[in-house]
Amino acid sequence: MKCSEFLQELTNYLDGALDDRTKAELEDHLAWCHNCYVVCDTTKKTIEIYRDSELYELPDDLRGRLRSAIMSKCQQYKKTQEKL
Amino acid sequence: MSAIQPNVGEPVSDELALVQAAKGGDVSAFEELVKRYDRNVFRIAQHITQNREDAEDVVQDAFLKAYGNLQQFQGQSKFYTWLVRIAVNEALMKLRRRRPERMVSLDEDVKTEEDSVPREIADWSPNPEQLYKQAELKEILSKTIQGLPPSFRTVFVLRDVEGLSTEETAEALGLSIPAVKSRLLRARLQLRERLSRFFQKRESGDGKK
Repeated sequence: MKCSEFLQELTNYLDGALDDRTKAELEDHLAWCHNCYVVCDTTKKTIEIYRDSELYELPDDLRGRLRSAIMSKCQQYKKTQEKL
Repeated sequence: MSAIQPNVGEPVSDELALVQAAKGGDVSAFEELVKRYDRNVFRIAQHITQNREDAEDVVQDAFLKAYGNLQQFQGQSKFYTWLVRIAVNEALMKLRRRRPERMVSLDEDVKTEEDSVPREIADWSPNPEQLYKQAELKEILSKTIQGLPPSFRTVFVLRDVEGLSTEETAEALGLSIPAVKSRLLRARLQLRERLSRFFQKRESGDGKK
């Protein structure tokens, strides 16, 4: 397996979406190709860092304000629909 | 190396009942759905728009649009996937308004495969996230994802941050499964490349470039 072929399958590999045979071929490649091992490992860390980062969490006060605004507009919408 | 563990959302078994009640005019049932998904919609919106005010507008507009169109939701997909589709469209519209000079489309297949060829192949520190204070780390992650084309960061946030499956992401974005996979691979590799500058092992000096 060439490094470029490994790279093409990287997403399927990390998502656990490969059949056993292809997975074994990839792991065989990983065992001797240090560069691909590093790329695979750091890609996995990239995903985990973003997933665990709590980037762009909605603050409670803003959450409350948004919900009130949404619900009051929904009520208004419902009333208009009922009049039709 | 083991596969990454997907984020599993809350059970959705009572979701259809809430949607049915909301369709029948029960506004508090719809409020439950808002409470369940407002954080997700905000996260997705801010990832796409990269602007706090726009993200707030998207949360409001997406839920109102969902409420106004509830009768059209037939239940073939999950309510959440349907809502995400609305939210992504609203977020992309915001982005287009803000950057009229640039085409913003999910169909763009930016540049060539060259943009994803790994160049930084140094090992990272064992716990890269501990190299920085939390606020600094968030700044790095935010700046890094901003540099990605909108279509790439949209796929990345749905698949890797929100934990939607490839099929759900394809459905929410109106893309084919191969298109989702191709964008996801390139998004992951480009983010990895950019983060390497911050997280690689520092053997001499501070290692930053």
